[in-house]
Amino acid sequence: MEVYLDNSATTQVFPEVAAYMTQIMCQQYGNPSSLHLKGMEAEQILRGAKETLAKILKVNEKELLFTSGGTESDNLALRGVASAYQRRGRHLITTQIEHPAILQTMHYLEEQGFQVTYLPVDAYGRIHLEDLQRSMRQDTILVSIMHTNNEVGAQQPIAEAGALIKRMNPNTLFHVDAVQGFGKAKIYPKKMNVDLLSVSGHKIHGPKGVGLLYVDEKVRVRPILFGGGQQGNLRSGTENVPGIAGMAMAAKKLYENYDEDVRKLEECKSFFIDGIQQMDGTRVNGLLPGNPHGEGTAPHVVSVSFKGVRSEVLLHALEERGIFVSAGSACSARKPQPSATLKAMGISQELLGSTIRFSFSVFTNQQELEYTLSVLREIVPMLRMYTRKR
Amino acid sequence: MKETWQEKARGKRAGKGVNMFKAFLIKYAEIGVKGKNRHLFEDALVHQIKVALKRCEGKFFVHKTQGRIFVEAEGEFDFDETVACLRQVFGISGICPVVYAEDEGFDKLAERIVEYVDKVYPDKNKTFKVNARRARKDYPKESMEINADLGEVLLNAYPEMSVDVHEPDIMLNVEIREKIYIYSEIIPGPGGMPVGTGGKAMLLLSGGIDSPVAGYMIAKRGVKIDAVYFHAPPYTSERAKQKVVDLARIVARYAGPIYLHVINFTDVQLHIYETCPHEELTIIMKRYMMRLAEKLALDTECLGLVTGESIGQVASQTLASMAVINEVCELPIYRPLIGFDKQDIVDVSEKIGTYETSIQPFEDCCTIFVAKHPVTKPNPKYIRRHEEKLGEKMDELVKKALETEELIIVE
Repeated sequence: MEVYLDNSATTQVFPEVAAYMTQIMCQQYGNPSSLHLKGMEAEQILRGAKETLAKILKVNEKELLFTSGGTESDNLALRGVASAYQRRGRHLITTQIEHPAILQTMHYLEEQGFQVTYLPVDAYGRIHLEDLQRSMRQDTILVSIMHTNNEVGAQQPIAEAGALIKRMNPNTLFHVDAVQGFGKAKIYPKKMNVDLLSVSGHKIHGPKGVGLLYVDEKVRVRPILFGGGQQGNLRSGTENVPGIAGMAMAAKKLYENYDEDVRKLEECKSFFIDGIQQMDGTRVNGLLPGNPHGEGTAPHVVSVSFKGVRSEVLLHALEERGIFVSAGSACSARKPQPSATLKAMGISQELLGSTIRFSFSVFTNQQELEYTLSVLREIVPMLRMYTRKR
Repeated sequence: MKETWQEKARGKRAGKGVNMFKAFLIKYAEIGVKGKNRHLFEDALVHQIKVALKRCEGKFFVHKTQGRIFVEAEGEFDFDETVACLRQVFGISGICPVVYAEDEGFDKLAERIVEYVDKVYPDKNKTFKVNARRARKDYPKESMEINADLGEVLLNAYPEMSVDVHEPDIMLNVEIREKIYIYSEIIPGPGGMPVGTGGKAMLLLSGGIDSPVAGYMIAKRGVKIDAVYFHAPPYTSERAKQKVVDLARIVARYAGPIYLHVINFTDVQLHIYETCPHEELTIIMKRYMMRLAEKLALDTECLGLVTGESIGQVASQTLASMAVINEVCELPIYRPLIGFDKQDIVDVSEKIGTYETSIQPFEDCCTIFVAKHPVTKPNPKYIRRHEEKLGEKMDELVKKALETEELIIVE
């Protein structure tokens, strides 16, 4: 049995999406900038994709830029805004638990002379609006907050933060990294006072190598790539037509079935958490579903610490039985260092190296989770027997 | 500053953008002295050169004539790539790029020499000596005569040049055979002996820095290597195994194809962990690795085991520990790095290209259960007594480990 529970790392492409992309690559392969018929065909596909995505986000088609993925969207948003508005101010705000695409870009901007405030999070991985309020300044040009954390699934109060930011300083722009949240939550930038929003194709059963950046039409962004002037000169480079079309189709499929899918994910999550909590020496990180705080947790991510078990070993033991999970987040698993998110949440040193992330998708079912739980019940006690003696 | 051979090679190629060299004369040092076995060594070298050149673009004809090995390119080839490949063939001490041509009389030869010097040495302010060899005795001039006449031609053509018969900057070799061969540059080869002339040994390959270097050093002495890797899933990952395969692939560039035996060591390791004192875990584990490696070695006609140990590097590499490890094997254990400092080993690994791969951070089976204070002076009596406690169960686990061996052929 193959059970893929690493959907926060990447997802399986919907077969229809793959088929559609193959068709575009083999038939409508023109360059959308070409003047002839083949070019127009491709342009029309682009337009259709834009329309679909604009509808889902309830934004204007002109406000969408296509990129090579979440990382580029984040880079373009942060560096593009910082560079366009640096005369207005040089202060930026973000959180301690952002994806490296944000954190590393912020570090780069600090080197360029910008000041960055990193908001702390509580034990559930949520920021507090009071902290945001205190950090806002006259010269704050941009706040960047992730919608859903990739490691524990904590959802931030985006709408509240947006309202607060605009109330405190109408000139401050608000960027949201929605790479993990898009497809699992309804996100409407205009209603949430979000000026820029990053989305990635491969987290929503679309292809890798394509992403989206929403930029409110009032916002100026300076490009970070120079070239042929495509996409209103903001993102040069021939558009990845099959990728963009695939991403749009995947998004459409997800949001058409949204209510049912999210309900299913939530059921899966509750079921799985129940099973985990019945095991000794486990701890589920982040908010639990149905908590008194209301929302605030994604329906597809469960982060669990297994006391006395090294996460890497557990990961490989699960792998031997066909179950694929992540230790920390996939992007940082290559560098063996404790996760910044878990650290910021105040997880003890002992548990930092014992944390596994299970992340679900629309393909996940209860039978798979039952199997996973039974495997965990079998191997976790075994692995505990053989931990490093002190 | 002296030009490197690469710079020289580039200079040569700069001449009209055409690669004038169509062949290489291969020099070999040590195998020249092997008496009656000499032809065996030469044949092995020719074979290894052929194998290595398969990785290069172009077709090559490798042959032996009168105590030399020639590599001739048939048609277009990539000079830099070919030299790089030849520099990985053990047994080669020098690689001489050669210009050859049909014999069209002495005047034509003189023209060629002038042209050769012009292309290869843009800076003429040099001393030279012509060293002619006349293998074909019906050539109208004798060697000494050729030397003198060509020298004169060159002095007339390039007045800045001068002759120095004792320590010339340029030793201009002209060989007259069926064709005429001209060469003057020697690109250093790796030295050593052709792989396959020294028998076969079993290398204990981990994912670290040392063992690939040990494999390289042994192969350099002409020994063919098989390798064994101890895999401990789930404690070590598939990526750790892939890393070992990658390392074997780099070593195979020098050592030729490597049969990599992957042994699942988890159960053996856990049984030791459960049964024996923790500070003796590593040493007992190593003894079992040696036992397993020896069994594999005997099955594959290897004449010894090879490890990357160097004295005192870790607890299991003290003289006392290594003595205790040795006693489980009949086959000799070769440790080519025994007197190396870590930095020396790192230097070699950087040179041969394994370093970057070795330092990827994946846990290997030796570090997983390691005690904080492992024994450095193990007492063989205690070790043996503790091993006895492993009982028949261990024999079964060892048998199973050998039966479930996975063989990967790395080229």
